[in-house]
Amino acid sequence: MKLINALSAAALATALLGSGAQAQDTIRIGWAISKTGPFAAGASVTTLPNYQVWVKDVNDAGGIMLKSTGKKARIEIIEYDDRSNSEEMIKAVERLATQDKVDFILPPWSTGLNLAVAPVLNKYGYPHLAVTANSNRAPEMVKRWPNLTFWLGLPSELIDGLVDTMSTLRRDGKIGDKVAMAAVGDQFGIEQSTAAREGLKKAGFNLVYDKSYPFGTQDLQPVIKDAQAAAPDSFIAFSYPPDTIGLTDQAKVSGFSPKVFYVGVGTAFPIYKGKFGASAEGVMGVGGSNADLPGIKWYIQHHKEIIGREPDRWASPITYASLQVLQQAIERVGKIDREAIIREINTGAFDTIIGKVQLKDNLYKGVWAVGQWQGNDFYGIAPKQDGVRTPIVPKPAWQ
Amino acid sequence: MPGLVPGIHDLTWCTKVKTWMAGTSPAMTVSQTMPLLIDILLAGIVLGGMYALIAMGLTLQYGVARIMNLSHGEGMIAAAFGAHWAFTAFVVSPLLGLIVAMPLAFVANWLIYGLVLMPLVRRAKNRAMLEVDSILATFGLLFVLQGIMLVVFGGQFYTYTYLSVPVDIFGSTVALNRLIALIFALVIGTGLYLALTRTRQGTALRAVAADPVAAQLVAIDVRNASAFAFALGGALVAAGGVLVSMFSTFTASMGVVFTMKALIVVIMGGVGNLAGAMLAGIMLGLAETAVARLVDPGLTIAVTYALFLTVLLVRPTGLFGRPAR
Repeated sequence: MKLINALSAAALATALLGSGAQAQDTIRIGWAISKTGPFAAGASVTTLPNYQVWVKDVNDAGGIMLKSTGKKARIEIIEYDDRSNSEEMIKAVERLATQDKVDFILPPWSTGLNLAVAPVLNKYGYPHLAVTANSNRAPEMVKRWPNLTFWLGLPSELIDGLVDTMSTLRRDGKIGDKVAMAAVGDQFGIEQSTAAREGLKKAGFNLVYDKSYPFGTQDLQPVIKDAQAAAPDSFIAFSYPPDTIGLTDQAKVSGFSPKVFYVGVGTAFPIYKGKFGASAEGVMGVGGSNADLPGIKWYIQHHKEIIGREPDRWASPITYASLQVLQQAIERVGKIDREAIIREINTGAFDTIIGKVQLKDNLYKGVWAVGQWQGNDFYGIAPKQDGVRTPIVPKPAWQ
Repeated sequence: MPGLVPGIHDLTWCTKVKTWMAGTSPAMTVSQTMPLLIDILLAGIVLGGMYALIAMGLTLQYGVARIMNLSHGEGMIAAAFGAHWAFTAFVVSPLLGLIVAMPLAFVANWLIYGLVLMPLVRRAKNRAMLEVDSILATFGLLFVLQGIMLVVFGGQFYTYTYLSVPVDIFGSTVALNRLIALIFALVIGTGLYLALTRTRQGTALRAVAADPVAAQLVAIDVRNASAFAFALGGALVAAGGVLVSMFSTFTASMGVVFTMKALIVVIMGGVGNLAGAMLAGIMLGLAETAVARLVDPGLTIAVTYALFLTVLLVRPTGLFGRPAR
């Protein structure tokens, strides 16, 4: 609460001072984020806490060093609630750019809002760190808008990682052909399950159950019971956090413990481990991080101290790392020259909590497609890169 | 067709089920359909019990006090947060928490009625006017409550584990926490039904529901009875929130999901009728589960609205509703 008060006080002070204040003693950063509405849950898990932690870290260290003035500039923030509505978000971002005249704008949460804001941020020449956007059209879009960077890989890469993992497991004789698949019946679930269906068939898997369920379904027992009746080696679900938890809970109650148990968004959230404890062991899901990295270890502890809870193990560390990249790019350029800073973000190499970050064609390539709860953390198990863990298969029985 | 074993011919209702299942497994036998039927019945009734539970408070508030409470879901979420907080901070069982939550909600709702809604009741010339005004007022209340919860708890997901253990009934499994929610729904529903039909105070409430003007003629304090009904409804909403929190993942902005479901159940059951809400809830639960198991889980929302429309076409005032005068 104290932090929030401090932030809003800073925002108020900024509003009162206006742009007349000595510009380079402070760096003014604005964002429009979903504080209310359906996106508030996602934004307040992955995005907003990282903005708050980063701003506090920078200001506690005295600010961002600007070579041009030889002084550190503290961050002042201006925050708007986009109410989970793309029109509101665009209005707020336009206001940040034209009336508040902020130095930098941090992106909103979700693929949809990031794609919606991309042309606006491009028009005003702000760097756009679209961490929570996940779109197969990313490679085309960054050609059109060079200020835009993507950090979560492509949806196709997430599915490729999953299918590759399962193919390797089958080759090693750890699992058989039979796969049961469930997906939430909205754009995310349909796109992911369509891609997975093709990938799994191409890899020679046998889909013994393949159904979707409506968004917001309260009882997932029918899905689990029918999947269980099909006796699959692997169960995969492209689900949202409430269903991710609901499916796991129901599988546990029904004694359904296939060799591979993969659930969607939310598996990487600390509440997942908090709710299921030892039963989470061996559960796979989208995302992951390398918790053995000293940077990640520090980050998880640090996030907990400031926000009061741990970060998720997918987009949260990347969000924080993207802000470290922004900070280092500003320091290297040494002044608020957004064009030069965008160039630096796109071409430079940066030391961050997730290791060395260097974007390739405006895309961050080190993202984990598949993670698994192993011990106390959710580690990346695919694709093969530094820090990859060997999957625990078969999944241990529910505790 | 290896599925045509003698057992099927003995039970005609099983052959019907078999035709539904033809695409899934040609070798369906009685020994396989029976567990499926029990699965559907059990899971459907348990889900239906939850729907009834979340609708009973609303039906009481709307039926007697004539307040269409759009902040219903927020009340549930507030109670769910209370249960979560008590459980995670002090390891207080949510069931024990009901003892505190229900009276607290009763008092809070009495105050809301007295302070926020009473002015509307006073100035309303007729029921229709009160309904419109109360919809607007409680719509505002929705955002106030949601805003407070967002400030206090933040926007992220909340969940905890309580009694999430399998219970075996006739060879089918159901989670104990869901079963408990069903039992509470039945106990609360039956208890209130009896209280409304067998006691003096209950008869007064029904009189107000039926005709508030005539009720005054027989010396019933209509405003007091309405406030009591609203507060009692609020206590039921809190009970629903606490029980549902045992097996749900919720956020501060999720109240509208419960309000929508409750509205369907209330209108389908007949406004103000507890038995109607119970029956409608269980019908919806059974229909959703049956369709999810026998046809496709993607069609559960479609079947909910199909059933809702069918009931309203046949009985425009709901299952147990009386025709408007």
